[in-house]
Amino acid sequence: MALIAPHIIPHPVGEIVDEDYFGAISSRFWLGSDYLGRDMLSRVLMGARYTVGISLAAVSIACFCGVVLGMTAAVVGGWLDAVLSRFLDAMNSIPGKLSGLVVVAAVGSSISVLIVTLAVIYTPGAYRFARALAVNINTMDYITVARTRGEGIFYIIRSEILPNITGPVLADLGLRFVFIVLLLSGLSFLGLGVQPPYADWGALVHENVGGCRSAPPPSSSPRWRSPA
Amino acid sequence: MGYTRSGCSISGGTVRIAGKDMVTLSERERAGIRGTEVAYVPQSAAAAFNPAQRIIDQVVEVTRIHRLMPAEEARQKAVGLFRALSLPNPETIGGRYPHQVSGGQLQRLSAAMALIGDPKLVIFDEPTTALDVTTQIEVLRAFKSVMKAGGISGVYVSHDLAVVAQIADRIVVLRNGEVQEVGATADILTRARHPYTRELLAAFEPKARGEETMVEERKVLLEIKGLSAGYGPIQADGLPLVRAVQDVSLTVEKGRNLGIIGESGCGKSTLARAIAGILPASSGTIFFDKSELEGSVRQRSRDQLREMQIVFQYADTALNPAKSIEEILGRPLMFYHGMKGKQRDSRIDQLLDMVHLPKALRHRRPQELSGGQKQRVNFARALAAEPKLIICDEVTSALDTVVAAAVIELLKELQRELSLSYIFISHDLSVVEAICDEIVVMYGGRKVEEITPAALKAPQHPYSKLLFSSVPKLDPSWLDTLELDPELVTTYGHR
Repeated sequence: MALIAPHIIPHPVGEIVDEDYFGAISSRFWLGSDYLGRDMLSRVLMGARYTVGISLAAVSIACFCGVVLGMTAAVVGGWLDAVLSRFLDAMNSIPGKLSGLVVVAAVGSSISVLIVTLAVIYTPGAYRFARALAVNINTMDYITVARTRGEGIFYIIRSEILPNITGPVLADLGLRFVFIVLLLSGLSFLGLGVQPPYADWGALVHENVGGCRSAPPPSSSPRWRSPA
Repeated sequence: MGYTRSGCSISGGTVRIAGKDMVTLSERERAGIRGTEVAYVPQSAAAAFNPAQRIIDQVVEVTRIHRLMPAEEARQKAVGLFRALSLPNPETIGGRYPHQVSGGQLQRLSAAMALIGDPKLVIFDEPTTALDVTTQIEVLRAFKSVMKAGGISGVYVSHDLAVVAQIADRIVVLRNGEVQEVGATADILTRARHPYTRELLAAFEPKARGEETMVEERKVLLEIKGLSAGYGPIQADGLPLVRAVQDVSLTVEKGRNLGIIGESGCGKSTLARAIAGILPASSGTIFFDKSELEGSVRQRSRDQLREMQIVFQYADTALNPAKSIEEILGRPLMFYHGMKGKQRDSRIDQLLDMVHLPKALRHRRPQELSGGQKQRVNFARALAAEPKLIICDEVTSALDTVVAAAVIELLKELQRELSLSYIFISHDLSVVEAICDEIVVMYGGRKVEEITPAALKAPQHPYSKLLFSSVPKLDPSWLDTLELDPELVTTYGHR
């Protein structure tokens, strides 16, 4: 949906097309219009591109870093494992929303800042998950065989461990994606996420919250998808 | 017992216990019979006990579920059973947790658990397979006397014909889910009719080493002096806290085999790991092919690593489930010999041929192979390195008798062709006897004796005597007539 959104939106996304604001659902505006009279359906569809795109980028970075670090820690062990684990545990202890707010408030909001912030917040979880899996695999005899063969750490990680943890890691990636969507929508709702004139689902709720009483359909339609 | 694993179902036939058909009964009725009419002793007692509860509570659980007797009476009965099963401290052992007793004791306790409800039939599912031979004797004796005293019938499931011979009156030989032969124990052992039974018996017979492979010049391949290894922090004397191997010296000559034998926990696997450099030795020297080896894998050169390969007991965990056989065998070829493309492919075919596996297996994954096939692939991977020495850690222990015999034959054949040396680690004397030129007996982390198979009948060290006389024989009267020096048993047996 997000991919083909530009081709299926019924009205240009930034243009005021309705003569009324908070217009009701009609055959022209399937989800009504927003506080400026823009078509809600178009904005929701285009908003998905921000929500999904940013979350996907963030989750990919988080899982890539987490999984690589987790496997390295499990295979190398010793002080590297101890230092990495304690450091990422410490990061994990800071509430995600809070650190997100602080970073965005301090650095300012742009899409790249959002992606990096979200990725950093979710890396420790991915690390923990991958490390736990890799530690189990690391005790298997085939890892010992590879070590006695004289294989390096990179080979062990890439060829012996990674193929055996791909399934659970992908499942974890899916879950983590959902959490990131949630956090991103939260940030946007608070006005710290995607900035106008662009809007993701969280920002759409934020923009139209004023119409909540008078015109429920447009103000609530983004929320059908985004529980922010 | 009218029970099947999920996915399996009983499609036909009847199972009558005391006149009731277990197949057609409702689950509720079956539950009423289980524990009181028919009971089960599992293979792994450690897995059958809940580690968080005291043993006695788990043993008397059956009486509680079926409301057979008041708790105090059940407790008394359990203590009586503990005594009958010759467990130490029968009054108080029930108060312990499962991890506080030994494996042999736990297995007897799980038998007490089965016997508490006075069943008419007890099913033993390989109850001594995980035990050492010295412990196995005690457990078998205890089972036998309790069954006899209580007039209880038993079904004893095992792959070890010698153990079955001690305890069974009649034997059923199963293969591929079909009964091959049924007969009285003596008949099966002496007048087996079915070819498969004969094969089983033949596999059990210890085979002579054959004529010794004559090596022109006897060259020392591996020499170990005063090797100690262990786990935990290094103490003031330079040795680790838990010393699994202490001051072991041994030599392996080119083209000859060394057997290392001892019960579980005697340090033989740790010794293998120390030699291979997986667990660096804390003291002692390892000379391999005239040069001294570093303690740790990382410090050894690639060629040194290539010349000494290690093969593990469980092929299941030694082969990466995510890779095809081709990839598994191809990696050492590329890693050590830089082989690529067609050259590598033809070498993989050669290797599969050497271990008598069809070439078509190369695209399969390990879980699509049988246990014996996996162990062969495991060997083929070691052979791919073109080593001089292969350390075999209990390579046949997880295999059936017949399959294990075939693997041993394969090893001998490969040795003749490639003039390899093996270090053969096992708790199974007959396996070691079949293949080794010299045998080292280990006990408590130390080497207690070094003997040749010719002198096997007359070991000198008392522990070797106990160990060798504890190996079950096919003779059904062996257990009853066996007399072990009680002093030896208390010194070395873990009761």
